[in-house]
Amino acid sequence: MAYQTIIEDGIDILVVGAGLGGTGAAWEARFWGQNKKIVIAEKANIDRSGAVAQGLYAINCYMGTRWGENQPEDHVRYARIDLMGMVREDLAFDMARHVDSTVHQFEEWGLPIMKDPKTGRYLREGRWQIMIHGESYKPIVAEAAKKSADKVFNRICVTHLLMDEGRENRVAGAVGFNVRTGNFHVFKAKTVVCGAGGASNIFKPRSVGEGAGRTWYAPWSSASAYGLLINAGAKMTQMENRIVLARFKDGYGPVGAYFLHLKTYTQNGLGEEFESRWWPSLQQMVGKEYLDPEASHLTHRPIPTCLRNHALISEVNAGRGPIHMVTMRAFQDPHLEEVGWENFLGMTVGQAVLWAATDVDPKNENPELTTSEPYVMGSHATGSGAWCSGPEDVSPPEYFWGYNRMTTVEGLFGAGDTVGGTPHAFSSGSFTEGRLAAKAACKYIDDGKAEGIVVSQAQIDRLRQEVYGPLEHYRIYRNAVVAGTVNPHYISPQQGLDRLQKLMDEYCGGVSANYMTNEKLLNIGLKKLRIMEEDLEKLAAADLHELLRAWELKHRHRAAECVTHHTLFRKETRWPGYYYRGDYLKLDDQNWHVLTVSRRDPKSGEYTMEKAPCYHLVGDEK
Amino acid sequence: MPTFVYMTRCDGCGHCVDICPSDIMHIDKTYRRAYNIEPNMCWECFSCVKACPQHAIDVRGYADFAPLGHSVRVDRDERRGTIAWRIKFRNGKEKEFLSPITTKPWGQAIPKLAEVAPPQKEMRDSQLLYNEPKYVRMDDGGLRTLQDAGLKLKKGVYY
Ligand SMILES: Cc1cc2nc3c(=O)[nH]c(=O)nc-3n(C[C@H](O)[C@H](O)[C@H](O)COP(=O)(O)OP(=O)(O)OC[C@H]3O[C@@H](n4cnc5c(N)ncnc54)[C@H](O)[C@@H]3O)c2cc1C
Ligand code: SF4
Ligand code: SF4
Repeated sequence: MAYQTIIEDGIDILVVGAGLGGTGAAWEARFWGQNKKIVIAEKANIDRSGAVAQGLYAINCYMGTRWGENQPEDHVRYARIDLMGMVREDLAFDMARHVDSTVHQFEEWGLPIMKDPKTGRYLREGRWQIMIHGESYKPIVAEAAKKSADKVFNRICVTHLLMDEGRENRVAGAVGFNVRTGNFHVFKAKTVVCGAGGASNIFKPRSVGEGAGRTWYAPWSSASAYGLLINAGAKMTQMENRIVLARFKDGYGPVGAYFLHLKTYTQNGLGEEFESRWWPSLQQMVGKEYLDPEASHLTHRPIPTCLRNHALISEVNAGRGPIHMVTMRAFQDPHLEEVGWENFLGMTVGQAVLWAATDVDPKNENPELTTSEPYVMGSHATGSGAWCSGPEDVSPPEYFWGYNRMTTVEGLFGAGDTVGGTPHAFSSGSFTEGRLAAKAACKYIDDGKAEGIVVSQAQIDRLRQEVYGPLEHYRIYRNAVVAGTVNPHYISPQQGLDRLQKLMDEYCGGVSANYMTNEKLLNIGLKKLRIMEEDLEKLAAADLHELLRAWELKHRHRAAECVTHHTLFRKETRWPGYYYRGDYLKLDDQNWHVLTVSRRDPKSGEYTMEKAPCYHLVGDEK
Repeated sequence: MPTFVYMTRCDGCGHCVDICPSDIMHIDKTYRRAYNIEPNMCWECFSCVKACPQHAIDVRGYADFAPLGHSVRVDRDERRGTIAWRIKFRNGKEKEFLSPITTKPWGQAIPKLAEVAPPQKEMRDSQLLYNEPKYVRMDDGGLRTLQDAGLKLKKGVYY
């Protein structure tokens, strides 16, 4: 193949994937490393890449300590309650104490944040959320990253991390290919900050055919953060903690502003309130510590997202669907109606289009809600991702190994969805984590930890060959058949994705299985994933676009395998409404009040699973 | 609603190809105009629609659940700093919305960190980030620590 190999040498900080986390890292790295070489490798165009490509209408994580609204520890308590106790509280506290400084800078950069006309403060959507006109959120943070980076390489799909051959378990950069030119790119770097985002499309989506792209999380969230890290031997945590979203049907338009700001509410097909009907039986599953509707009512303590999903799923299963969002009352107020529509236009345009197409005007009709297929990510109401070190002034010894947000691979850092155990970071928290990781990466280099990195030509050659494998396979075997897509020697990336989604759906608790799984099913799933891995060696890509899809599939497959191992390991149902272990339907604090940690041995492919202690912030409760 | 391109409006400039996060806007080799090569990987994010100087890109609801006969048009104006939307329902009803997209001229309000005063050693050794502690509370208060909060981390089930 005539593609060139292009080597970018002497990089200090390589940012892989510049969404919210990656742009934060590139921006902040320049302050701590004014003479350092900072390079971004991004598979799309950083002006509109990642989950925030179409914009956001709210910043979901802002403390407001300047107005005495919340303290960082309040946010930690909230995240802990929502995630049924399972949070890396050191990381969560650290993010929360810095996040306001990020948001204040966004405002200075021109991001339009709405103000409460009475108080002059940021307009609150809920206790943690503030409302913005965020159509250009991504172009604005991209501008900041461009101001700091030495070079931005757009359209580079990063396929592998480079590993140091001088010292075991140390990163040495990354490789990938240019989706446009096809050239092979080698980035030799002292440190890598991975911000390659979460995972959609691992489980079979509810929509079929053309509509398959209408996922909740972006279809380009290809699990690369997990695929890259797991393959490099980094430890992962809480990968079983996939998230299911209750959203407007088909369009998956957001509901946060509807519940919190517009004060809309849900009812079943008979027009009844239904959630409270499910609390007594659910309380028996999870215990009063986790579900106490009376206390929630008195103290405004939130009921965990997964448990509210459980009520919705159960009500539909009981035959009293569909679930409606009651919008007719709120939408009579023209101002609230405008907010309701702009909310979609600012971040999920598809929902507005769907309502236009189906003549649903929420002023005259209450729209339907549904629960989505599962997603794997680490910054929303869930915390899957890499096992990372916390900050030295907060973290207990089990959570600290020298550098904030460094994974268990030396020199390899994470931000946003990449980092595990840190739910409810959202856009602002992800950017903040990027900043924290960048500072730590600079310190790591200044401390002399990145000296003497060796990358042999043999490693580069081997990876180059692997990267183009699917193109080569296609070239060799396409003429074995007359025409068409059926070939006994290979499968296409789309065919592979269909297989992955189907097996995860059926064996690992997807929509068709009603989010239910058990040990037997999971073991079959793992067996099928192993066989699928053999077929992934025979993926065929007809062109560079398909080569991109091939590598996205490989990353998704690896993440799915890790999710399945974790789901098998945790023998309890910790998050009813996200998924159920039919063989262990109860929450079990005695044995499972722990964080799950896995490592895949890059040589043997074997997984080791362990329990890590769950630490909680305790002290003056408020 | 995946995108499609009006044949008569597109001049093949490639802006949509350059911006699509899903890499699915491509230029057709015969017609030299853009088209969506993989509608089932389109997030209807409108990035390409907003970027097209000819307003040649439109969307129609996903065939598996959206009936025909609607439209959502957008005009994003960087110079004015606004975005305008027009929603047309299947039954002909229309709604229009206008929002700001920025409060500052593009790019000028973001400082170059290579040119600001470099951090001193104490700051490097602290937990502070750029512009902190000032920007955390916009006053002279410091960064929150466990000690200030009267908190400690305790292992186990109880909190
Ligand atoms: C519909 C929706 C609504 C949301 N609403 C809100 C909200 O109202 N408020 C809020 O604060 N947050 C919201 N969020 C959450 C927020 O978008 C995420 O928390 C945040 O974007 C996560 O940041 P990240 O950097 O981890 O990932 P992303 O921002 O997704 O960035 C990942 C980046 O990595 C790149 N990449 C991926 N794979 C590769 C590869 N192999 N090689 C190179 N580059 C790669 C991607 O192109 C992308 O640029 C919402 C998200 C969605 C999808
Ligand atoms: S941006 Fe518009 S005019 Fe340019 S190629 Fe795309 S569709 Fe055609
Ligand atoms: S709407 Fe978004 S995903 Fe679809 S083609 Fe345009 S830029 Fe790509």
